[in-house]
Order: sequence, then structure tokens, then C-alpha cells
Amino acid sequence: MLDQLSWKVGGQQGEGVESTGETFAVALNRQGYYVYSFRHFSSRIKGGHSNDKVRVSLKRFRASNDYTDVLLAFDQESIDLNVGEVRQGGIVIADEKFKPTAPDHVRLFVVPLTKIAEESGSAIMKNMVSLGASACALGLPVDIFTEVIEERFRRKGQKVVDQNMEAIQRGYDYMKDLGGADPELALKPADGTRRYFMMGNDALGLGALAAGVRVMPAYPITPASDVMEYLIKKLPKVGGVVVQTEDEIAAMTMTIGANYGGARALTCTSGPGLSLMMEAIGLSGMTETPTVIIDTQRGGPSTGLPTKQEQSDYLAALFGTHGEIPKIVLTPATPEECFYVVGDAFNLAEQYQCPVIIMTDLQLSLSKQSTDALDNKAVKIDRGLIATSEEAAANQASGEFKRYAFTESGVSPRIFPGTPGGIHKVTGNEHFENGRPAEPAGNRQKMMDKRLGKLAHVELEGSVVRTGDENPDVVIVGIGANVGAITEASEMLRADGYKVAHAQLHAILPFPVQMLQDAIHDGKKVVVVENNATGQIKHLMNFFGVSHPDVQSLLKYDGQPFLPSEIHAKIKGMF
Amino acid sequence: MATVKDFRNDIRPNWCPGCGDFSVQASIQRALASLGKEPHEVALISGIGCSGRISGYVNTYGFHGVHGRALPTAQGVKLANRDLTVLASGGDGDGFGIGLNHFMHAVRRNMDITYIVMDNRIYGLTKGQTSPTSAHGFTAKTTPSGNIEEGLVPTQVALSAGIGFLAQGFSSDVNQLVGLIEQAIQYKGFSLVNVYSPCVTYNKINTYDYFRDNIFNLDKVEGYDPTDFLAAQRAITEHDGLVTGLIYRNDNKVAYEDQIPGYQETPISQADLQVSDDIFTAALREYA
Repeated sequence: MLDQLSWKVGGQQGEGVESTGETFAVALNRQGYYVYSFRHFSSRIKGGHSNDKVRVSLKRFRASNDYTDVLLAFDQESIDLNVGEVRQGGIVIADEKFKPTAPDHVRLFVVPLTKIAEESGSAIMKNMVSLGASACALGLPVDIFTEVIEERFRRKGQKVVDQNMEAIQRGYDYMKDLGGADPELALKPADGTRRYFMMGNDALGLGALAAGVRVMPAYPITPASDVMEYLIKKLPKVGGVVVQTEDEIAAMTMTIGANYGGARALTCTSGPGLSLMMEAIGLSGMTETPTVIIDTQRGGPSTGLPTKQEQSDYLAALFGTHGEIPKIVLTPATPEECFYVVGDAFNLAEQYQCPVIIMTDLQLSLSKQSTDALDNKAVKIDRGLIATSEEAAANQASGEFKRYAFTESGVSPRIFPGTPGGIHKVTGNEHFENGRPAEPAGNRQKMMDKRLGKLAHVELEGSVVRTGDENPDVVIVGIGANVGAITEASEMLRADGYKVAHAQLHAILPFPVQMLQDAIHDGKKVVVVENNATGQIKHLMNFFGVSHPDVQSLLKYDGQPFLPSEIHAKIKGMF
Repeated sequence: MATVKDFRNDIRPNWCPGCGDFSVQASIQRALASLGKEPHEVALISGIGCSGRISGYVNTYGFHGVHGRALPTAQGVKLANRDLTVLASGGDGDGFGIGLNHFMHAVRRNMDITYIVMDNRIYGLTKGQTSPTSAHGFTAKTTPSGNIEEGLVPTQVALSAGIGFLAQGFSSDVNQLVGLIEQAIQYKGFSLVNVYSPCVTYNKINTYDYFRDNIFNLDKVEGYDPTDFLAAQRAITEHDGLVTGLIYRNDNKVAYEDQIPGYQETPISQADLQVSDDIFTAALREYA
């Protein structure tokens, strides 16, 4: 019996590949297995190969792996493109309709998926037939699907539910008659622990809801749009609004306007949109207006690889704006972290009155995975310094409200428009304490020092999380979704006899110089793992003065996420 | 109750003597006072350019943002606090050059905002370059042998985009301008008041005299019906856009804020941001 298995469904985009994968994954997640799914898709709506790989296990993995036990193919192309990763003796289940062929290293089971579906009521149910056949191969009872099918089709009536369940049962029976039940592929039973199943983007949306976001101006872009589409459904329940703007410049400036106006407003984009927002991010920094921007990274530059994994916006996020402003850049790695990071981002934005960029990557944003319970009560809303009407009145006695009063911390109380006694001016020009444009050299220098001083010498709590062995042979530095592949590769290296530590970056601005230095100092070797071509995080370590005699880059920029085995092999090769 | 004086502050505008923008500033102050607004109830969001400085020169909340983006910024402010009277302001370069995209979409979106443009048909603050509203043949630093592009007619664009309130004024006629701004603020939806506001330093063609000689005042046309779309279209076309007065008003449009599903009467800026456990738990359950 297996501790883990990998199952993959492939077909033409738009023919139910995603929903087949989703049904399979949700059903197994509800049994208490850990599930991690990764979708391969293209920037088109119908047609073109797509697949959904689901990894099921008794312990948590946050990465895909390099082999497949069971491949479900809706067309020959799905076999041709994916059979190479089906392991020796693995199973391919294919529709009789296209007269499938497969190489000898796999066991091919030809099932009349479409025909059985048609007999059960509709050809569209071929994915259900295939799920039944899969269940048989894996030694799983068909009733694991009952709940999911009922929830999905209840609205269409009991008859549809019954037809779908029948299709699943018939697929199961057909596979059984073919002798497709393989005791070796049977999964060990799970403990039944209930977890959620979501992608990073889902968690960001939930996080925004809990963080008090009530305004979201945004422009659709892959792989960010889910967050916007989610909040379009949810914000009306709490009196909020999503505006689909004309472009990302409007999204960013509208976000600034709403935050200035007293809301908690957020925008979400990907690389091309981030580039368009740069001038306005400078405005947020200059006017000390808190804002939160989510950047779900994808393959760049330009339109690049819109549906593929990459982590190449870090330097843009840190240095893209002209001029010099205080800024915070947070880098969650899991859906759980995506949830809590939104509240943290707003608290930091309002505490330091500056822009905060949350950076995910396509793999983290779109990979659905087993997720622990998320706690609404643990999300605290701290809006930073806001002057009361009385304070404003006292302040006003000396003239105008000094929105940019010089203070010890560099942070001056905000006041929202509409408040009596708080009238002041805000400008993206350099300004005096009362917000009026100002050019005098002395004031300029003091204001620059005030703004930049807010984050000088700050290292945010939890910016680096170090796990693993003491005095290791290698410290692997990771960011974003790479957390999963690194964790697993570390175990493989340990099995080879190496001592391994893992330093995961959760914030890269302010760059956690001391924390990272402490996290790598005892390693013989440091390897920085990132999905880009130039080693941006490694550059940042150099730039900010994190030093170590042996730092190497492990890069991948072909659009695919890292596999644990790749990191394992490459690091092993460095010794 | 606030008077005109309460909308003034002690800042001396950095506009040239004789600039048309002084009249616009005074007209905004007079209109706000006559509508009974209090200074703290108003937010004036402006763009970049000579005219963009206006948010500093009227005693209300003021936000001077980035070039061309006054309208999306203003819409954000309105969404956060629907009780505020939100004015957006800037010049022809800001609104119809770099910001034209936002203008068209602000019209479509129809939030309850009043947009006041000071149109001098030239870039002043950068010292005299051709603007999107400069006419064909116009000579300036960037078109020394004459503009080979056509000048944009803001009123025509606004009408085509589906605007609900369209007016045009002239800095020399402050009484008319005050009335137009008052009506624009009272209109429930997006309104444009485009003001011919001459640049006395750089534009030697579109001068006060030029506008005085060429403007056609719709207020003096007996029987002109501003709710008649085709009449508005004809007036603009016949006079090459050089009309003043209330050009068009559509009372059947509903403002964006009044159509947002679930949007509350209480401004978001004053709302409790904590999400109830019931709503959150139900949302989380969708991922079970």
C-alpha cells in the first residue's frame, strides 16, 4: 500500500479537465489525505492540451512530483505528452473513442468513457466515468464522491445527481472487469482530518475580507483575477465594492484615493500591471497614504508566459518606482500565509503609512492544496495613528492640520476627509508639515528623512524562518511557492547523509539583513533557489550586505515550478 | 453657515497675473458657499499642471496627485466616503491628453463627482507646448510649423461617451460659471464643466479676445432645451465646440453609487471593518 500517489488527468482545454481534477482532489481531501494539485494550462479558452495533476499523500507536500501513477487521458495527445512521466508499471486509463495507444512501460486500460456516459444520460459525464475507473484502480470506494457530486449537482435535481453517481459506478465496474484494480496502487487509509482545499488566490480573497477590505479597484489579469472575482461575490455582503477599472493605473490611483478617503482598499495584479502602477506607488509613498498591492507573479517580461510560473518581479517591486520612498514587500509561501498576510499588510501599511506589496507567484496563487483552518479572530485590525476630531481642533488652533507633522517615529497622525477641523492638503510634490508644496532645501531633507526614517533599521518580525539542522552542509534559501519543493528536497538530501537547513524569506523589504545573516552563518554552503534567470534574491543579498563565502544560485526559468527531485539532484551535484 | 471667505485660504496661487484660472478658483468658492457646503465636507482632487495646483488654493480637503489621474483618485475618495462632495479638477493636457482614458470611463461609470477642467489649449507649466485641444495649424514649441493633428473637442467627446451633465464656461463670465458649477455639483452623477481659461503667457492665439469673439452662449438662445440630446449635439457641431452654458443634462441616469449591490448609506470610512464570524465561517465552508 502507498503513502502517496500521483494522478493526472489530461485533455483539451475546455472539456472538463479542470472539473475532473477538482472533483477527484476535493473527494480525497475530505478523506483526510493531503492533496496538492497543479494545473497546466495555456492562454486560450478552448482547445490546446491542458492537464491537472493531483498528488495525494498521508503527509503534507506543497509541491508536485516528477512521476505519475495513474494517467487519465481524454485524447491521444494527453498520452503522448504525459506518458513519459508515468512510472514503470503505472496505469493509463483512456477513452476507447480515440483508439488509444501507449508505450510498453505502462499498463493501458481502454474504457469506453464517452459511450458509458452517453448510456448514463450524457456524453458530458465521461469525466465521471473516468473518476469511477480511477477509484477502482486505486482501491478507493466510489462513495467518496457521493458528497461532492451531491453538492455540485443538487441544484440541477436528484436525477442529475443519480445519473452522475451511476456514471461513476459504471466506470468503476468496467475497470474492475478489465482487472484494473491494483492492490499495489491502493492508498493507505487517511485519518479523516478535515482540512480545506484552496489555492493561494482563494486565501488572499478570504484574507482581504477578514482584513476589512471594502474597496477593490482592479483590472483583470492572469493569474490575479480570481481575487477580484472572489471579492465581487463577497464584498456586497459587507457593504463593500469592487470596481473593474479601465487599466492598472486607474486601479492603483483609485486604491490610493479610497485609502486616503478612509477605507481599507486593495488592488491585485500581475507583472504587467505592476509596471503600470509604479508612478502611483510613488505617490502613495510620497503622500504617506497607506496602500496594499498584491502582485501574483507570472512569466515575464512583457506579456511573457502569462500562464506559467516565474518569480521575476522582486527587483521591480523593490526598485521600480522613481525617486525614493519607504515601502514594504511581503512574500507568503502557503495559502495559510496568504490569508494572514493581507491583514498584516494593512496593519503595516497603516502603521507606517506607506505602500505594501504582497508578492505571490503563479504556483502559489493557482495551486489548490489542503489548507488548515483559517481563524477570522486572529486577524486584528490596527489602523495606526488617526487623529480624533478633538485632536484636530487642538491642532487647528495653531493654523492648518499638520498632516505631515515631524514626530520622533516619523509617522504623523492621519485624518480622513469629511472630519471637521481636519482640513489639510496632500500633494505628491515635496511639501511642508501642513501638506503645502515646498521647495526649500532644509525642509526637503527633513521630509525625506522623515519618510525614509519610518522603516530605517526595521526588520519585520518573521521575515526569515529557518528550519532544519544546526551547522548544516547547506542552507537552502527559498521564497514563495518554492517552500514545498525545498522542504522535500531537504529530506532527500538528509537521506543521502547531508545536514540541511532551510531559510524561507517572508519579507524582502525592509530586507532582513541581520535575520538572514543569522540564518545562513552556520552553513558550509548557501544555495538560493528562485524561479528567475538572473538570481534576483541572491543579488539582493549582495546588495544589502548579507555575506557568506559560498553562495550559489539554483535557478529555473522555463515556466515550470521546481520539482523536489530537481533541487535534490542539483544541490547534490554542488558537493 | 460657511461663506465664500471660509473657502479661501492664505496661499497665493503661482498662476501668472491675468490667468483664467483665478476666475475658476473664485467660481468654485462661490458655488460651494451658495450651495451651503461646509469646507470639511468637500474634497477637491486635482491633477498636474498649472491648474492642478487648485486643490491647494481652495479651503477644503485637497489632494494633488499624479499627472492625468485626478479622476480615478477622486472616484476612490467617493467610494470610501459617499457623503463627501467630491470635485476633480485639472487642465486640458491632464484631462484630455494623458488622462483621456480615465475621462471616458469616469463618464461611463457615472459616480457623483464634478469634474472642472481649465482648458487653455496649451501646456503652460512646461512652458508652452501644444495640447490635445490645440487646433489644427496651432504653432507652439512642439509644433513649430503648425499642428498637424486635429484639436479634440471635449464636449463632443463627453457627449459621445454618454455623459449625464455637460456644461462649458469661460473665465470672463464668472456669474455664468458659478451657476454652472452649482448645477453640476447638484447633479446626481458625473458632471463636466469645461472652462475656457486662457493662458496669457504662452497661448497668443486662443486669447480672451479670441474666446469672446467666437463663443456662442446657449443661455441666450431662447427655447434651447438642455435635455434634448440631438440639440446639444447640433449646438456643439455647429459652433465647433465653442458654446457656453448648460449644454446637456440627462435626469434619467442613476449614479454608480446608487447601483452598487449591497452598498450601504453609511460611508465605508465610518463602517465597522470586522467581518462577522457568521459571514466568515460561511465563506470558509465553501472550501471544505
